[in-house]
Amino acid sequence: MPDVTFTVDGKQITAPAGTLLIEACKSAGIEIPAFCYYPGLSLQAACRMCVVRIEKMPKLQTACTTPVAEGMVVSSETPEIAQARKATLQLLLGNHPLDCPVCDAGGECELQDMTFKYGAGESLYAEAKNHREEQQWSPVVYFDRPRCILCYRCVRMCGEGMDVFALGIQNRGSSAVIAPNIPAHQSPDHLAHLDCEQCGMCIDACPVGALTSGAYRYKTRPWEMNHVATICTHCGDGCKTTLGVRSTSDGAEIVRGDNRDKSGINGDFLCNKGRYAFDFANSPERITAPLVRQPDGSLKEVSWEEAFAHAGKKLRELRDAKGGSSIGVIGGNRLTNEEAYLLQKFARTVLGTNNIDHHRTADYVTFAQALAGQQGRTASWRDTQSYPAVLIVGGDPTNQAPGTAWNLRADVRLNKARLYVANTDEIKLRRQAKAFLQLAPFGYGALTAYLAGDAASASNAATNTSALDTFRDAVKAEEKLLILIGSELRGADLKRLIEFGLTIPGAKFALLSDYANSRGAADMGLLPDMLPGYVPVSNPGPFAEHNAPTKNGLNMLEIFEAAGRGELSALYVVNSNPISRYNVDPAVLKDTFVVVHEMFMTETAQLADVILPAANLYEKGGSVTNSYGDLQLVQKAGDRAGVRTDFEMIVRVADKMGADIKALVPFGKGLRADMGQSRGAQSGEADRHAVWLTANNLEPKLSPFDSWAILDEIQRLVPGYNLLRLQLLSGNDQHLEPAAASAASANRRDLVLPSGDTLFTSGTLGRFSPALNDVQRYQGNEPLIQIHTAAE
Amino acid sequence: MSTITNSIFSPETAARFDRLVTLYPVKRSALVPMLLYAQDEVGYVSDAVVTEIAERLDLLELDVRNVLSYYSMLRTKPAGKYNVQVCTNISCMLRGGYEILDHCKHKLGIGHKEVTADKVFSLEEVECIGACCWAPAMQVNYDFHDNLTTVKVDEILATYRAGQGKDVK
Amino acid sequence: MPTLVSHPDEVKVISRRFGQGAADIDKYIELDGYKAVQKAIAEGPDWIINTMKASGLRGRGGAGFPTGMKWSFVPKQSEKPKYVLVNGDESEPGTCKDHVIFLHDPHAVIEGTMIAGLAIGSKMGFIYLRGEYRYLLKIMEKAVADAYAKGFLGKNIFGSGIDFDIVTQSGAGAYEVGEESALMESLEGKRGVPRIKPPFPAVVGLYGGPTVINNAETIASAPHILLMGGEEYAKIGSERNGGTRLFGISGHVERPGVYELPMGYNLKKAIYDVAGGIKDGKKLKAVVPGGSSCPVLLPEEIDVGLDFDQMGKAGTMLGSGGIVVLDETVSIVEFALRTIAFYQHESCGWCIPCREGTDWIKKTLTRVYNGGGSKKDVANVQYLAENMMGRTFCPLGDAAAMPTLGFVKKFRKEFEDYIEGHKAGTPIITVEQLVGAH
Ligand SMILES: Cc1cc2nc3c(=O)[nH]c(=O)nc-3n(C[C@H](O)[C@H](O)[C@H](O)COP(=O)(O)O)c2cc1C
Ligand code: SF4
Ligand code: SF4
Ligand code: SF4
Ligand code: SF4
Ligand code: FES
Ligand code: FES
Repeated sequence: MPDVTFTVDGKQITAPAGTLLIEACKSAGIEIPAFCYYPGLSLQAACRMCVVRIEKMPKLQTACTTPVAEGMVVSSETPEIAQARKATLQLLLGNHPLDCPVCDAGGECELQDMTFKYGAGESLYAEAKNHREEQQWSPVVYFDRPRCILCYRCVRMCGEGMDVFALGIQNRGSSAVIAPNIPAHQSPDHLAHLDCEQCGMCIDACPVGALTSGAYRYKTRPWEMNHVATICTHCGDGCKTTLGVRSTSDGAEIVRGDNRDKSGINGDFLCNKGRYAFDFANSPERITAPLVRQPDGSLKEVSWEEAFAHAGKKLRELRDAKGGSSIGVIGGNRLTNEEAYLLQKFARTVLGTNNIDHHRTADYVTFAQALAGQQGRTASWRDTQSYPAVLIVGGDPTNQAPGTAWNLRADVRLNKARLYVANTDEIKLRRQAKAFLQLAPFGYGALTAYLAGDAASASNAATNTSALDTFRDAVKAEEKLLILIGSELRGADLKRLIEFGLTIPGAKFALLSDYANSRGAADMGLLPDMLPGYVPVSNPGPFAEHNAPTKNGLNMLEIFEAAGRGELSALYVVNSNPISRYNVDPAVLKDTFVVVHEMFMTETAQLADVILPAANLYEKGGSVTNSYGDLQLVQKAGDRAGVRTDFEMIVRVADKMGADIKALVPFGKGLRADMGQSRGAQSGEADRHAVWLTANNLEPKLSPFDSWAILDEIQRLVPGYNLLRLQLLSGNDQHLEPAAASAASANRRDLVLPSGDTLFTSGTLGRFSPALNDVQRYQGNEPLIQIHTAAE
Repeated sequence: MSTITNSIFSPETAARFDRLVTLYPVKRSALVPMLLYAQDEVGYVSDAVVTEIAERLDLLELDVRNVLSYYSMLRTKPAGKYNVQVCTNISCMLRGGYEILDHCKHKLGIGHKEVTADKVFSLEEVECIGACCWAPAMQVNYDFHDNLTTVKVDEILATYRAGQGKDVK
Repeated sequence: MPTLVSHPDEVKVISRRFGQGAADIDKYIELDGYKAVQKAIAEGPDWIINTMKASGLRGRGGAGFPTGMKWSFVPKQSEKPKYVLVNGDESEPGTCKDHVIFLHDPHAVIEGTMIAGLAIGSKMGFIYLRGEYRYLLKIMEKAVADAYAKGFLGKNIFGSGIDFDIVTQSGAGAYEVGEESALMESLEGKRGVPRIKPPFPAVVGLYGGPTVINNAETIASAPHILLMGGEEYAKIGSERNGGTRLFGISGHVERPGVYELPMGYNLKKAIYDVAGGIKDGKKLKAVVPGGSSCPVLLPEEIDVGLDFDQMGKAGTMLGSGGIVVLDETVSIVEFALRTIAFYQHESCGWCIPCREGTDWIKKTLTRVYNGGGSKKDVANVQYLAENMMGRTFCPLGDAAAMPTLGFVKKFRKEFEDYIEGHKAGTPIITVEQLVGAH
């Protein structure tokens, strides 16, 4: 759109034609009050707060619906406008409780702010206000009707934003009311309820205290919290979230999740898990002291020193006696990159084994290899907000990657993006799709073969083969296409799909996985055949300096097979629950020495000889990489007495094994600092970090337990991780491209096992979240016993 | 043949609805009249009515309820067989609309939006019904009665009670 | 059945066929029916629009927008189908004129709809009647069916090669649905909440297509205009106010009824001559001249011509042509309360000033009326109404504020006296909360 120039309060402003006046003003630093306007949602013109005077117009105009035009002359604050706004507020307050000090939104309420600004505080009316009880609509959503100003943000957020349409407007006039989709008379407890995704987006959008969150409400006041921006731990999208933290006697408790700064790729968005399922961290079931199994079979609390010493001594003995190849290591999907990197380095250089794996939820090895040598072909999550065309093959973002689904819906809604969906199931995103291709059961392989040119596969891919042709042609005709790939596509199928996509010049790819750092786990080489950056074990290249074994190790299944044969002397598990995930018979580990880092007494932890109580992703700093390869900063928000980060625990165990810690984690002040400008320095990287921090006015805090100490090594050695440090540390996302050196190895087992998580589950961790359990029970249609009246 | 199996409506109404949805460029357009016709048959907009209409129009039940609660002629509770709607808006008020309303209340022994025990009559005070020049006016179901006097009201009610009133539908 | 009235001063154009059984299609044809549409086909869209422009016909729905001009705004080319939408929601208190058109001359509405369709190049018309008008809807439905049976509607009308369909539609009780954009929402099966303008219906209307929306009387006038010629029609009325219109005179007059008078006819004469003067020889207190939303006129203000411009100059509006006459016995406090109660009941609730404003004015006036008022209340009511004016999303807010302002300004003393005299007064009427009982 061409730019137009206009004047607001005497100030000349230029903006693209068609921009809404309210947005154009905002960009120019002129804030126009608004209740019903919400960027990205449909226009309402309902609250009349944004009225401005535009020359040559007879009445005040709403800035939220007026597109800017050349030569327009606008006044945004005149006595007339102030009076209009004041009157609107007075009208609202006529029926609104004036008890801000006890309202849950107090301090974060747009109505309160406006009332203060326009001096509409004193009530003109003698009539009694309409009083109504607060209602609990779901485990997480509460509604206080008298506070509602009918701005319809929640209704639009739920319908347009979420595509759920669980909220409506009922009655009319002064009886108009926001209503949830289960009317009182149809619900077992005779109270109205919400049957929905429980994302809390409606609450987030509510400008006042009418919709409040079950988790946070009345726990604390906004100004009594500390706010920490970090990354959600629950899925592969990696939403930026702001955790509200409050001090407690044994640490810092997370009391709220939201995304107030909205600077993340997720924009406004958080799903139910991101918003509410932080509470696993506060679970009383947390393990908060190291445990060591006694000769009688019981687990006993011991000191950290004793636990580390015991683990280190046993591991050393077993390594020395039976060799590193008798030891297995399993890493988690929710470690930071630094921890994952350290873990594989520990396995390979200290334990001396390539028997390392993680619960793989997508075939990133093939993904990286299929794109080897390509530039600019991997998509950032940001691309899902703006790409003109998107193809999704497999997967179900609505349930598996809710943030991705949110972005795609917005892309379709706001940018008229064309969405193509090919799936064996009728996934919900088909509702936004320009074309939905129903694939035959297990039809992904046939589809990719068909796309690769094998016409004979068509009938195995879809029953409607002409739809298949049309679909392919439409997709191929796109100039800029984002190809999102579900975890169903692996190995040869994945490779063929990518090869097809590469024939479209403007195509970019992303492979969706399930956990917060699934991508990081793969990128950091928690794999038996791949070092970090998809460098083959057999040809370590940059990692040659580590002198690790060059023979492929055992994968996840082989590790347990080895255990079954009595050939696994030790198993080192870091925040993973393979026993439950892979249905492993606990008996296979009876002769294996098992060390587990865990938060909870999982099926795996129950078998451990040493349990080291672990901090979770909300309790440490570092970086994570989302499904798309976007690197983001995690920061410590919560704190729990009695737990340690995985990073620290690995270092301590290595130390007790007698390893050279300086070699494992290059830390401490050295002399050959080079300001971090050059890559490839062989030493002094910890110093570089220290120097860099100092240069950026940050305090260097270096110890071998500081996970940043290993960032330099990652940056130096891991192909594709040439990151921008300021970008990372200032909390901005950056896209990294994998840089696999070689083409795919033949007949590699992909071993992908999707997490099977839904909107309300989150692996093992989700089991310990009361919020998720509540919501599961509630949405699972058990009698609504969890629902109490508001009085409670 | 109704497009809906197990329709709660009579075959005639179901057939009418089948046709109604085909008249418009978008079938949702049938919603408002459909709700009213359904009410005419069932007596009110019951949950079953909401469910079937939602199904017929591919709408969420919430959507149907949002719309239904907007229109003042639609009700979600049964009214009497004869719903007496007395206008008290300005033109009628000037010519005795409130006297007519009071008379009806007294005569039927019920108030606004109430139903007689025998469920024959219900009473409603309504806004202008477009009969201002023949005020005071009322409707019994859809039938207009104008230039009312209390005597005339008595006759009208008696006719309905005797089952002889017109029942426009 | 509404009684037909007549008066020598009437000029019968629209009401020509009233009382002659023209609901019957053959009778209608006998009385020159369906001639205008054939002429329209023969002469083409430009001629229709020019004739309508020349007629000076202004919308009879209330706002008085020139009809020919409205039709000419519809783009000739359009990707989406165009529509004609006839507004028969007639719900403004004091208004019952469309009622008699549907009753006595339903085919005129059909023919007018076809003419509008021809003018703008539309193939489909909707005739929307308020839900309460079921018996009129039946009449309209029958008329439409008869027109189809004669081949006047449907494919290839009058051998022109043009198709035209008409669908009749019932509302279900909502005044706001008479507002044109809310009307479209209702016809699309939604809550009757208005749309943001622009875009105007002529560009983006029903189902996103260009749409002409006219009041039923406006539409029913079109066939007459085409037959008599635009200039001829214009001559009947006053300056810039062509033709005649149906005036419903109700309230305290001797002969209430719907009369067809030339535009510009004197209001005082309409009350005293046409409608026979004040009922029972009482004195006139006030006149609400064009439906309940028009500011009240005092007896000394009624010597004014009934057209859009003269009424505007008199500080009120011609509105829907529903003239409500109040005699000396009427309590303005009660009348004002009943008026605002209506708007409170009918506010769609979308925007704050109207939703909350109508509610608070009603609450305050109810208290005043019941004897609990203070002088401050009168000022507050005025403050509220002033702050609704021009600030709402659609004109209903103004429609509620304008009469309220008229009452409190012109009868302030009566309010104050009432408050003084009714300190311990007992309620005379209770104004029910009509909504929300769902
Ligand atoms: C609250 C409100 C109610 C209205 N009700 C009606 C109505 O019942 N009938 C009508 O013809 N116009 C009504 N109008 C006017 C319409 O919006 C529209 O202007 C009219 O139908 C246009 O037709 P016309 O140009 O032929 O007058 C109403 C307007 C408002 C703001
Ligand atoms: S929680 Fe989410 S899905 Fe549920 S009503 Fe609110 S916005 Fe809709
Ligand atoms: S609940 Fe909140 S967001 Fe929803 S309409 Fe009311 S004030 Fe607006
Ligand atoms: S979409 Fe994923 S990352 Fe975002 S809040 Fe939900 S679980 Fe967390
Ligand atoms: S003024 Fe506002 S609340 Fe009133 S009817 Fe119009 S849109 Fe609805
Ligand atoms: S923000 Fe513009 S009207 Fe609400
Ligand atoms: S005021 Fe009663 S019918 Fe119009």
